[in-house]
Amino acid sequence: MEADRSNREGLMGWLNPGRYGWERVSYWLQRLTGVGLLAYFIGHVFETSSLTQGPDAWAAMLELTQTPLGHTILLLVIGMSTYHSANGIRLIFAHGGKGLGKPGRPDYPYDAVSLNYRQKSGIWIALILAAVAMLYGASVLFGGE
Amino acid sequence: MMLRESQIMKIHYITGIAALFVVAVHIMMRLIMPYSLSLEYENVIANYHNVPYLVLLESILVLIAIHGFNGLRIILLELRQSKAWEDGITILTIAAMMAVVAYGTRTIIIANGFGLGFE
Amino acid sequence: MTEQVIEKIESMEKKREKEKHGKETIRSSVVLKIYRANKRAGEQPHYDSVEVPVQRWTTVLDALLHAKQYKDPSIGIRYSCRMASCGSCGMKINGIPRLACYTKVSELEGSTVTVEPLANFPHIRDLVTDFAQFFSHHHDVKPFVQNENADIKDKNKLSEFMQSPEDLDKFLQFSYCIKCGLCYSACPTVATDTKFPGPQALSQAYRYFIDNRDNATKDRINIVDDKHGIWRCHFAGSCSSVCPKGVDPALGIQLLRGHMLGFSKNEKKIADLQDRLRKDEEAKQ
Repeated sequence: MEADRSNREGLMGWLNPGRYGWERVSYWLQRLTGVGLLAYFIGHVFETSSLTQGPDAWAAMLELTQTPLGHTILLLVIGMSTYHSANGIRLIFAHGGKGLGKPGRPDYPYDAVSLNYRQKSGIWIALILAAVAMLYGASVLFGGE
Repeated sequence: MMLRESQIMKIHYITGIAALFVVAVHIMMRLIMPYSLSLEYENVIANYHNVPYLVLLESILVLIAIHGFNGLRIILLELRQSKAWEDGITILTIAAMMAVVAYGTRTIIIANGFGLGFE
Repeated sequence: MTEQVIEKIESMEKKREKEKHGKETIRSSVVLKIYRANKRAGEQPHYDSVEVPVQRWTTVLDALLHAKQYKDPSIGIRYSCRMASCGSCGMKINGIPRLACYTKVSELEGSTVTVEPLANFPHIRDLVTDFAQFFSHHHDVKPFVQNENADIKDKNKLSEFMQSPEDLDKFLQFSYCIKCGLCYSACPTVATDTKFPGPQALSQAYRYFIDNRDNATKDRINIVDDKHGIWRCHFAGSCSSVCPKGVDPALGIQLLRGHMLGFSKNEKKIADLQDRLRKDEEAKQ
């Protein structure tokens, strides 16, 4: 059957975290942090390649990256990687059907067992861990050590 | 060799978990001495002469490249659907993954000075 | 023990009732902001506002039918049972996919109720969308029991299926699906991926996969193990949050994936192996 794309929400369907609850926010953040981390990874591989051109090239690269803006980006990367990892572990278990509850006989008002507080607290823990990691990162990067 | 999507996703999950551990060690290496000192040229080069650390760096490179570019493939697959697009992004993400791994490996080899720590 | 359980249930129900009525707003009328479009007739998309009288029990469908009956008979709506059984009146109500017959106006915030056609379904006219693609995905997962040992065309092979209440509970929830399409409309993957079967079809794949009368396990897994198949679900949970029947499609999808990842033991496979062993032993004797 020929696929009809008309009336599909498109990217707006992805970028619409507020409408459906925490699980949708988590989906959106996981995707966003994943893309951000991949971009950083490519940049980091390029950044460290200046090592091969000797101490001067390395010093020039550090001058470019070890700036308040560079440190702020690094701080974001710390937050993104912590969130992506913690939430990723939750998702691996959830994708395997763990921590979701069992199917039963639904009754009014039909609350979904899979959208339970174990899952929601997993998302909140990932967010809290990301914030803590960013605070620690800020103390190292901006703490003048 | 064509992998089934379930096999690709198992690799995705395993590389994700494994990357978590190796990246944690990599970050700790930056924190065993004051952060700015750990970035000095001599200290970084010294790291590259440590064989276990080289293995760690190479595994980070491979694990994150596989996990990251597969993640990108998934996002792009969901964006548009046509044979040309799907084949194109599969080839593109595999090529990009290999290019990043090759480029990173080149840095590791050159920074090591070809001695691999056995001086 | 039983009395304690009953007391607990009663207190929970009272709490729910309190929460529910706490959210209700009693109004004498609301403004329905209705999406209107008929591209084939050259009518461009726009919104018509119609004021309708409401009471505490008025549903959005009641309000729409009042508007159609007394204000504008040209409003296009699809509905049938008016009691959340047929799944015909799915639409976006204040931005969220819901059944119009199952949503009371008094539950909604604000004095304006915006009604739009379901997203991710090709649009036909006004609030009516085309379900052909959605049903095609449902059809693709073979939503029927497959068992070569019970061929209905061959009387000799026809046998009674045995099923315990525990076996029934494993899939009963998923068989309550009314194919209203709300989950399909809420799913972020469906928003861009036309080949993705969607939460409804995937949860039905699990419904038959886990049914102990069905033995097409491998075939069912092969159907969904595709690059646009079950792995494109990222557990955003929106499908389960909008489902009006408590089907919880996200649960079914993750449970099926659990079997594919080897996280869950496949009881059917174990039973099948035990059965084969038993037959082998019988043959030896």
